Amino acid sequence: MADLRTSIGKLELANPVMTASGTFGYGTEFADFVDLDRLGGVIVKGTTLYHREGNPYPRMAETPAGMLNAVGLQNKGVDYFCEHIYPTIKDYRTNMIVNVSGSAIEDYVATAERINALEAIPAIELNISCPNVKQGGMAFGVTAKGAEEVVRAVRQVYDKTLIVKLSPNVTDITEIARAAEAAGADSVSLINTLLGMAIDAERRRPLLSTVTGGMSGPAVKPIALRMVWQVAKAVKIPVVGLGGITNGTDAIEFMLAGASAIEVGTANFIDPAVTGKIIDEINAYLDRHGFASVRDIIGALEV
Amino acid sequence: MKKYILDLTVREALAVGKQFVLLRLTSENPLPEMLPGQFVEVRVDETPSVLLRRPISIHYYDKDANELGLLVQLIGNGTRWMATLRSGDVLNVVLPLGNGFTLPADKTVRPLLVGGGVGVAPLLYLGMRLKEMGVTPTFLLGSRTENELMQIVEFEKYGPVYITTENGAVGEQGYVTQHSVLAREQFGQVYTCGPKPMMVAVARWAKGVGVPCEVSLENKMACGVGACLCCVEDTKEGNVCVCKEGPVFSIDKLSWQI
Repeated sequence: MADLRTSIGKLELANPVMTASGTFGYGTEFADFVDLDRLGGVIVKGTTLYHREGNPYPRMAETPAGMLNAVGLQNKGVDYFCEHIYPTIKDYRTNMIVNVSGSAIEDYVATAERINALEAIPAIELNISCPNVKQGGMAFGVTAKGAEEVVRAVRQVYDKTLIVKLSPNVTDITEIARAAEAAGADSVSLINTLLGMAIDAERRRPLLSTVTGGMSGPAVKPIALRMVWQVAKAVKIPVVGLGGITNGTDAIEFMLAGASAIEVGTANFIDPAVTGKIIDEINAYLDRHGFASVRDIIGALEV
Repeated sequence: MKKYILDLTVREALAVGKQFVLLRLTSENPLPEMLPGQFVEVRVDETPSVLLRRPISIHYYDKDANELGLLVQLIGNGTRWMATLRSGDVLNVVLPLGNGFTLPADKTVRPLLVGGGVGVAPLLYLGMRLKEMGVTPTFLLGSRTENELMQIVEFEKYGPVYITTENGAVGEQGYVTQHSVLAREQFGQVYTCGPKPMMVAVARWAKGVGVPCEVSLENKMACGVGACLCCVEDTKEGNVCVCKEGPVFSIDKLSWQI
């Protein structure tokens, strides 16, 4: 049994496996399938300052080895989270991390400030990369200046671990990562979904109500892996890798490329128990290759 | 209800007409309790073009035979793969999911179960459960032609069956809402599952005659447990997940224009 402990800045993780925001609810939806306390972390559904209804149905389309979603950050707002959801998740021993989203800097700041007061939430993931909201969201994440402004503002009010989730829908993701680092981020996570589109040729209509949406699943893995590798070389802060991870080998690949931890997203829909299996598979890999600690493989790619 | 991920064994995969397959599934261990109107998510492993599980309603659950029946319409690559299954094959299934139909508290109530197309599937198990509790269900089943009528003999075990076909080949010609039984008899509860235009028409009729009505929705979904928020239906309380808050809804809760 190898040592699976890793860290994201000052945040200690029992193992590198976390769940990606928007794919695992608040964790409790999966409690019948996975021992949540075994996970390195659970990143809960994107939370905004105010209630959001999200986009109209249809919001999902399956694509080869992937899927598109256009949920649009449906959530009941940070007050509802603090009063009704937080009490139901605060006693889990895993790291419960809140994904904070918004459409204006003041909203991000106000939401982060509320979450900062919650004792059992040791970190936030700042979502500056959601492709499914009209203003804000990805808008902050597609320019270095926008990323820097929002991260700097949130850093002023948030003193725990601040992870910034990056959009792949940019020309040079390393530039955005460096801007987040310069503004005080403790870590960057990547990639959020890739902007995509699907059409029903028979009806000559888009399959999503919003026409375009965010693509995820195994099909995006090579792109995610490439971006994690580039960003890990470009910044000194730890990188969290995600994008199409469905098994332990995928997770190992992201860590070899430089990720200190990983997130599992769409794979939770196909096998709701997959996260537990990925932890076991990482351990088996480390044992098989004689690594004493999972930290030994972070960035260990031989090029 | 606790949810399970189970490897079930195919006892038999029966072709039903050209467009459907009936999967009779079992397990070495006793299957968990399942309610009428709940559904399962079936993993489709063999086709690279299919990533997500396929939500399939529970056609029947027979505790004594330790058997789960799924009636599957062959629509795309996922469901067509299910039609290739043979006795002894293993199918990975997450179950039971969703809320299920509300069984009547009053046993003197006369329930009408209205199904169209593959939407008839969950009504068989609902009819079985109603019959068990001493309530005789009346089935009203519609389809375009005689070719899409399925399992009629099974339905007849639990109550009278009325049929409409759009071409008039079997039963009365027309839509389910045009069947003469609706004018002839009185019902105290309506349950319906089928194409949305049919359910809307049934809901409108039920509302018009003042009878409570529950509909079972089939929105496209991914996770099946209320996590991804893809399968939402617009309700009077906003967008809610069909997989978790449904698939069965009282028509009073929905924002349908009826």
